Amino acid sequence: MNPIPTQPAERAPVPAGQARGSGYLADRLFEWMTRIFALLVLFTLLAILASLVVTSAPSLKAFGFSFLWSEDWDPVQDKYGALIPVYGTLVSSFVALLIAVPISFGIAVFLTEMSPPWLKRPLGTAIELLAAIPSIIYGMWGLFSFAPIFSRTLQPFLIQTLGKIPFAGQLFQGPPLGIGLLTASIILAIMVIPFISSVMRDVFELVPVVLKESAYGLGATTWEVVWRVVLPYTRAGVVGGIMLGLGRALGETMAVTFVIGNTQHLSPSLLAPGNSIASSLANEFAEAVGDLYTSALIELGLLLFIITTIVLAMAKLMLLRMGQREGTRS
Amino acid sequence: MRHSEVFNLSSIAPEVRIAIRNLNFYYGRFHALKNVTMDIQTNKVTAFIGPSGCGKSTLLRTFNRLHELYPANRTTGQILLDGKNVLDHREDPTLLRARVGMVFQKPTPFPMSIYENIAFGVRLYERLTSVEMDERVEWALSKAALWPEVKDKLRQSGNGLSGGQQQRLCIARCIAIKPEVILLDEPCSALDPISTAHIEELVHDLKSDYTVVMVTHNMQQAARVSDYTAYMYLGELIEFDETDQIFTKPNQKATEDYITGKFG
Repeated sequence: MNPIPTQPAERAPVPAGQARGSGYLADRLFEWMTRIFALLVLFTLLAILASLVVTSAPSLKAFGFSFLWSEDWDPVQDKYGALIPVYGTLVSSFVALLIAVPISFGIAVFLTEMSPPWLKRPLGTAIELLAAIPSIIYGMWGLFSFAPIFSRTLQPFLIQTLGKIPFAGQLFQGPPLGIGLLTASIILAIMVIPFISSVMRDVFELVPVVLKESAYGLGATTWEVVWRVVLPYTRAGVVGGIMLGLGRALGETMAVTFVIGNTQHLSPSLLAPGNSIASSLANEFAEAVGDLYTSALIELGLLLFIITTIVLAMAKLMLLRMGQREGTRS
Repeated sequence: MRHSEVFNLSSIAPEVRIAIRNLNFYYGRFHALKNVTMDIQTNKVTAFIGPSGCGKSTLLRTFNRLHELYPANRTTGQILLDGKNVLDHREDPTLLRARVGMVFQKPTPFPMSIYENIAFGVRLYERLTSVEMDERVEWALSKAALWPEVKDKLRQSGNGLSGGQQQRLCIARCIAIKPEVILLDEPCSALDPISTAHIEELVHDLKSDYTVVMVTHNMQQAARVSDYTAYMYLGELIEFDETDQIFTKPNQKATEDYITGKFG
């Protein structure tokens, strides 16, 4: 009735604990809810790991550790080994990073240090849009557009030039088929560039202007500023960005399945078709008959899980080591 | 043409290190420095004072062409360092910056060890053996009055030092490449009073070897450490004279008002 709020003096004084009682309870409830959500992540992770181990038990029992280095993948005789898909996964991801990291670095340096302001936004958006393209479209584009052109132009060139080098030349020998490990690597590189370069750009932008200015003030060139000051300053973020890209490359399924060739054949050449863990799973799961076949595929999945975990752990370790080399902070 | 150059050079007294002639500065369309003309004396400390936005930092940053990092910035006029126009685009700015060093408002140690912080700049210009480099690092750190405090932790990160130590590290880094002129852009604005006293003492020592130009928002500091003081307001150089003169009997009413705190 009265528009003016009643005076505090009219309120009965209450003991402190009771007055905040409901608020206190809600706060405890909130705290527990957030804790449960956080633990849920851990639980899910462990549950996935456990179910992978349980369902791959027949294969684990039948092949033991030899599963890791066996080339066999023979559903007829029920003999399985992970060497070829593991090799394909690691090599295609590694080569993809070799291609993607320098390009992403260049993109990020250009966007943060050199680009005229009017170009920054459209270019940055375009790169982020690359990340929004579904991977199946990359796969179709890789198979129908890129691979034929690749087999007519760059592949013969690589075979003619790099293929002639002793030892290392083995990586670039064989017929120019278009599809294969290198094609998969290039498609993967294109797919991870937006992730790596946008992380790099974001962390480069966090470098204090005055820090860069003081390097310029000593007479450093843009390259020296970026290489000696910006990159060490943003090291953790840059490694994080690369690992994000690597994580995506290791697990990428659709695009790789289209272009990697899907053959259970181990070849030293990057131009030869091969297989990756994810594309083996995508291709074979639907038609896998028998317990052993299915569980071998699940064991492949388990291996992928372990590989990504090891990669992440190595990244953390690398950061720690680099931090020590820079000098301890007192 | 030739005649005017001769005229220009002959009008500069020999003890002048930097001669600024009709300098105008534009941030895009904003006219930030208006026709500034002044002479900076060799082996003296010159202080620029004035309210925020008066153009004192802008003026300082033209001396080593740091303003060129941003494309919208534009200058007209001349800054003659030993008689040569540093604003001439044919001159290499990185070589200029070896001769005109700069220290900033905030300490900016690079993300590397204390030793490397000093060696970084030296390596841009000189190839030294590791013994020579060790000597140079020690020399620069001693010159910046930091050597005793850091000599046992040269391999540690520069970020582990206190603010005042970091700022002296930045001064050492600047000295290490043996510049002729040292520009200090409010070097004590992020420091506590004790560190500030250290830096002021250091500035006083440095002038026997270097020409020092400093921007400060602290008038007492200008009075304490500088030989010459320039008062700037809204992009114009209002008054420039010996520090004693400026602080005791300034010629301009505007300068007096600022110094006595009636304004600003």
